Amino acid sequence: MSLEQFSKRDASPGYIFYNAEPTPKSGWEYFKRGFSRAIKGELFVGLKIVLVEMLRKGNSHTISYPQEKIEMAPRYRAIHKLLKLQESGSERCIGCGLCEKICIANCIRMETKLDENSRKEVSQYTINFGRCIFCGYCAEVCPELAIVHSGDYENASEQRAHFGLKEDMLTPLDEFKANKQKEFPGFGALSDDADSFVKKTPLAY
Amino acid sequence: MIKVTIDGVECKAEEGEFVLNIARANDIFIPALCYISNCSPTLACRLCLVEVDGKRAYSCNAKAKDGMSIITKNEEIEKERRAIMEVYDVNHPLECGVCDQSGECELQNYTLEMEVDSQSHCIADMPRPTQNWGKIHYDSSLCIVCERCVTVCKDMIGESALKTVKRGGPELDKGWKDKMPKDAYAMWNKLQKATIGVASGADTLDCTMCGECTSVCPVGALVGSDFQYTANAWELKKIPAANPHSSDCSLIYYDVRHDNISNTNDKIYRVSNDYSFSPIHGGIRYGYDFENVVEGKDKEAFERVINLMKTEVDTIEFDSFITNEEALILQKLKDKFGYKLVNNDAYMYRKFLDNFASTSGVNLYNGDLKTVQNSNFVVSVGTALKTDSPNSGFAFNNALVMNKGAGLYFHPLGDPVVEGYSKNILSVQHKVGAEEAVLYLILDLFGKNLPVETADYLKSFHTICKQTVGEGDETKEIEIDENSLFELAGIEDFSEKLPKLLAKKDKFSLIVGEDLYAHPKSKNLAKLLGLIQKYTDFSVVIIPSQTNTLGVSMICDLNKKKGEFTLGYNVKADVTLSALGKGDLDMPALNQQEGTFTNINKRVVPTNVALPFNGYCLNDIANELGLDAENTIDYTEELPTRRGFKSVEFDSLPNEFTSAGVENRGYLLSEKIVTSKDEVDEIENIKDFSSPIYLANPVHQFNAFTNKAHQLCQAGSLYVSSEFLEKRELQNGDMVEVEGGDGFKLTIRVELDPMISGDIPYLPTFDTKLNAKQFFPSGYRYADVSIRGVK
Repeated sequence: MSLEQFSKRDASPGYIFYNAEPTPKSGWEYFKRGFSRAIKGELFVGLKIVLVEMLRKGNSHTISYPQEKIEMAPRYRAIHKLLKLQESGSERCIGCGLCEKICIANCIRMETKLDENSRKEVSQYTINFGRCIFCGYCAEVCPELAIVHSGDYENASEQRAHFGLKEDMLTPLDEFKANKQKEFPGFGALSDDADSFVKKTPLAY
Repeated sequence: MIKVTIDGVECKAEEGEFVLNIARANDIFIPALCYISNCSPTLACRLCLVEVDGKRAYSCNAKAKDGMSIITKNEEIEKERRAIMEVYDVNHPLECGVCDQSGECELQNYTLEMEVDSQSHCIADMPRPTQNWGKIHYDSSLCIVCERCVTVCKDMIGESALKTVKRGGPELDKGWKDKMPKDAYAMWNKLQKATIGVASGADTLDCTMCGECTSVCPVGALVGSDFQYTANAWELKKIPAANPHSSDCSLIYYDVRHDNISNTNDKIYRVSNDYSFSPIHGGIRYGYDFENVVEGKDKEAFERVINLMKTEVDTIEFDSFITNEEALILQKLKDKFGYKLVNNDAYMYRKFLDNFASTSGVNLYNGDLKTVQNSNFVVSVGTALKTDSPNSGFAFNNALVMNKGAGLYFHPLGDPVVEGYSKNILSVQHKVGAEEAVLYLILDLFGKNLPVETADYLKSFHTICKQTVGEGDETKEIEIDENSLFELAGIEDFSEKLPKLLAKKDKFSLIVGEDLYAHPKSKNLAKLLGLIQKYTDFSVVIIPSQTNTLGVSMICDLNKKKGEFTLGYNVKADVTLSALGKGDLDMPALNQQEGTFTNINKRVVPTNVALPFNGYCLNDIANELGLDAENTIDYTEELPTRRGFKSVEFDSLPNEFTSAGVENRGYLLSEKIVTSKDEVDEIENIKDFSSPIYLANPVHQFNAFTNKAHQLCQAGSLYVSSEFLEKRELQNGDMVEVEGGDGFKLTIRVELDPMISGDIPYLPTFDTKLNAKQFFPSGYRYADVSIRGVK
């Protein structure tokens, strides 16, 4: 085991400090920086495209949002959902911690404990959506298809904490009872021909 | 040295070494599930199958001979191994997702290694309920019956608390015999019949709960109940450290992870160890969360302490649960400001070592736990081995079991656990205070070319008397050599049993402990010990009583008497610096510090920071008082070389075992030769004890820090044997009043300790509220008291 990590006594964990361009000191320097950032040749290329598209007839790409909404494709990756088991209604998540491990943005965190039925219980589960990059790894790695991406892209709120907790992501009970939880066809779900890859195990019963 | 060839690689080895160990030492991979280094091979898994000179053999019990040629892999072997792994996977619950072992599971690893992607075996399963054994949780359905737990408990720990028991359930169909490789079939046949159970047949484990079985378990069958389902292997960061509670300072890893979803601060979830090479005791396995949590720097308190140190303080009192660097800081403060350094424990130990050196000629004892492990005759004197230094007990037991050894255990308190190590251990309960006679007895029995005076003195104990034996006409007169040393020690003459114990023994070890250091005759005891090291085949180990007693005694020039105003470091005094969180200024506990310890093996071993500490440490105080070091560990280089330390930077100290099991941790203290004289005193009787009590801690407890840990936290009692309860007609849990010779009184609960025998109860030191040390003013571990029942 390498002991090198223990010899770094001053650095805060894991941060790399980046020295950006120096801050301007005088008014003239501010003007120079502003000008060089704002006026570029590419600006006019963009303006030309906008102008051409504007003048072309029958070329509207917009819909009247929010009256009209686009149905997202199954593989679209927006705010996560936690699903329940269709048969028993209990949570699908078994607390294996794979999503926490694989998360490259390091935004998933869970707490597990032994519950009164001697099973592993997920007592807390959070996703920091301020950090999440919606890569879909968590849904892909989930062995139980418990965490999936939904199509809910409307994630505007006063506080980002409104999304990150387990209760917000878990299928609500009334929705579940009304049989509204749909099996997820998107990221990480089994393919249609998954059965054909299964090697059968003999049974002694 | 011999040479063997493994997969074309030429390896050097000792004659008779196991092939598996040779392969491991040379970084050649042979899969094996059931074998643990230093323990006997069980042949449960059969994965280590190899081909030795064209014949099949199991590398874990195949002994190397010169010129052997070994192949670790061929088509046939691979077929066997794959079939074995398939069999292990039959009916193994598919719950890797929740299993605690997932990620470091050997069943997972080998299943992937053998590329098991389909199953061709099956048998009906049966219910296998989980069992809760207190601190240990056993899940029979996850168990693959590799018997590692059974092996380590018997061969290393010495308790044999676990065994394989009948599983019941369906028998293996004989039809499989023709359909599968034969080793896999044999393994399966055995596996199907067994599961792990408590050896005594009780409902729960009745051992010392060292938890080594949970450490060796390759799957999630045996886990710590407290750890179960709280964290996954891959989330835990391993921080290599040294055991902070006892002088073995074994290599441990603090497994840390963030506390919970809202608190990103690290928390220790468990302590793990390198079970192949260094077992650890329950005190550290469960007593890890003794950290001192403080919000931030308490400037006011700090300035007050500094002011007092500049003005009033003339003495610093401390114990030996500190690092070498801290000890050096204290010594430097002494040099600069003339403080008196008071540490009774290290003072006694130092005096003992000095007296030892005056006859042995070297300043350090010549043995360590490795020599104990390698010997085949072990003697222990003056220590309650099981609780004082469990790792010495492990080494003792390992020597008895693995080397077909024998041993003598001298102690006034009987210990069923030690007595249970082997049938070749003779437990001798001598009179309290008779250690002098015991050491003379060892000299008498084992001494070679003793100095004339000593030899003459020893001769004076022998009387030859004639006795007539036989019946009728065939009477014979024989001469019997009577040794009155036995009587002096208050023990039965065991010289008849001795020849059997000593048969074929060639490597001798002697372990001595804390009872001797503050003994009224400790000076002479130390000198006798010096003679034993010099004139017998014994290698001697003198157990440092606290974690860093040896280090402190080497680094600090200690004073005996306190001055007028005392600053206590982890000791209650006029002004107290405490890592227990009860003093005037908070200090970091040993899991929040980096530094080095000097352990029982005379090795300076490093320990790292597991948890952050936000307050002030001793180095800050020293810097404020005019010393200059950025970090405490800057002092590692400055440890006194005249005392055997080396000038080595902390960051360059290694802390690991190599795959061959070589301890590559820190460095060894070097010995110094001193002038010696073979002068010892004659036995002088010390006063008889009418109703002695002993100063010791129960299993798992070592100091106030172990008692702070949430799994070990308990109130101290007067610990007694069942014989004591019967004799005094007391019940477990009754209150008694203990009155010492100096009029100290203590009303305390009586608690039955099933792991001692005899009539002597003991008081613990881990519960500071009891202040048990007041009964033992000189530090000597026996005191005469009167015990009365209280209604």
